[in-house]
Amino acid sequence: MDRVPVLKLGDILIVSIQVDLQDQGVLALQEDLADAVVATGARGVIIDITAVEIVDSFIGRMLATIASISRMLDAETIVVGMRPAVAITLVELGLSLGGVRTALNLEKGVALLNHLGGAQIATTAR
Amino acid sequence: MTASGELSIGGNSDIVLVRQRVRAAAVEVGLSLVDQTKIVTAASELARNALVYAGGGRVRIEIVRNGVKMGLRLAFDDDGPGIPDVDQALTDGWTTGNGLGLGLSGSRRLVDDFDLRSAPGEGTRVTVTKWAR
Amino acid sequence: MGVTLIVRPDAGRRRIEELVRQHEDRVLKRWLEITAAASAGRPDQGDTAARLTEIYQALRQSFAGDGDTSDLHGLLAELSRSRARQGFSPSETASAVFALKEALYEVVEDDGTPEALRGFVWFSKTVDDLGLFTFETYVTARERIIIDQAEQLLELSTPVVKLWEGIVAVPLIGTLDSARTQVVMEKLLQALVDTGSEHAVIDITGVPSVDTQVAQHLLKTVMAARLMGAECVISGIRPQIAHTIVTLGIEFGDIVTKASLSDALAHALRRSGVELAGNRRTRVTVRTEEE
Repeated sequence: MDRVPVLKLGDILIVSIQVDLQDQGVLALQEDLADAVVATGARGVIIDITAVEIVDSFIGRMLATIASISRMLDAETIVVGMRPAVAITLVELGLSLGGVRTALNLEKGVALLNHLGGAQIATTAR
Repeated sequence: MTASGELSIGGNSDIVLVRQRVRAAAVEVGLSLVDQTKIVTAASELARNALVYAGGGRVRIEIVRNGVKMGLRLAFDDDGPGIPDVDQALTDGWTTGNGLGLGLSGSRRLVDDFDLRSAPGEGTRVTVTKWAR
Repeated sequence: MGVTLIVRPDAGRRRIEELVRQHEDRVLKRWLEITAAASAGRPDQGDTAARLTEIYQALRQSFAGDGDTSDLHGLLAELSRSRARQGFSPSETASAVFALKEALYEVVEDDGTPEALRGFVWFSKTVDDLGLFTFETYVTARERIIIDQAEQLLELSTPVVKLWEGIVAVPLIGTLDSARTQVVMEKLLQALVDTGSEHAVIDITGVPSVDTQVAQHLLKTVMAARLMGAECVISGIRPQIAHTIVTLGIEFGDIVTKASLSDALAHALRRSGVELAGNRRTRVTVRTEEE
């Protein structure tokens, strides 16, 4: 079974999905990420789906679940690189990915995480 | 190569195979990128439904013609328990499994023609068609 | 006891076919006379006459042969096209074809046999079909033109423009139908990816009306852009459109709407962190004449 590698960069975990994942692969990724967040104490998770051609309700649910789990473990999840056709299809399908933050590409995803981190510190200081 | 044909859905890996075959057929029909994505997503949902609710099934991939328009028709068949209340099954968020309840209702919004035939104990047949614009 | 006339169905048809063959010169001459009278004062009378003569011969041959009408239909289609170019209405062209009935009727009357009268009903139906075929050709040609133009319009009317680094806009002009809105939506979203823009403005100042479907498409565009990580602002909503949207009960939710394109740009600039200097002193242009 294909396993998606989880990369660590500073306190951010980066996952780039490059293959058409089977359902078990999707579930395995979900578990691997939760383990990695705890093991590394990462404050951010970026899931890059630039190469993903379709997101159905199963993968959509996985993204939302990862976001919820990470938030519980005090990490923010950002999904980056969603293709226009995929976004249009998800809207038509009726899937909102509730609570998942998104960015256009990896670079903007990292910038957003840094921005969110800054905002958190500012709130605590006040 | 003709993309028409029949595939059986017996396991998780078959869902991926269905997606690939439907994508190839959609390209052959000349669907736009967005329409390709929509029909492949619908196929993924319906194949998973057949697997989850009926333990497996079959899909017929067919290129169809209506006047000058070309289209892609997918017929999903299973011998599962069938659906007692079709209208209810097509409601957003209604599910007997552990999914989001978007499989049937969502797929319907992704295609141009949608036909669902089912009765308790007689399996389910879902036929969807997407026409090239 | 009266006399009962028994006419076999195909006997009438055969009689008409004979008459069409035997009286070719007379029927054709009369047909051309009638059509010429109907289009008196129009140029290019010769063209129609030549085409009708060809059609007559093709008709006669289709009677004699195995009923193959592809030649005949080809000629009729050409007649329809050439008459349309000359400025005849499609009804005038169809009437010209129908006139063949009048021309043949005079021959049938002289013949006087029950077969001929019976056959004339069949002949009349045949000519009706031919006349309607010219009409259909005309309509099909028009439809083709309309489809082509609609496609061209679609290409022309959906530019995505860059307003600022990170801000793109689509100024929509004219009536939005479902197909066009979908094209706009796809183009805009692709532009977000290509330019790496996180802000988009959909300006509908030039849109006269919005129906439920179009409003739904606009909403879906905004939602799809959000899924991709970009924000959309809809600007230029005219009072009537705002009224329609509220009356239709469409929920625009937390989507940002602005009255004008410039307000939308200001909003997008602020959101992307660009400082705008407010409350500037009125600028006066000073011009000094060089001596």
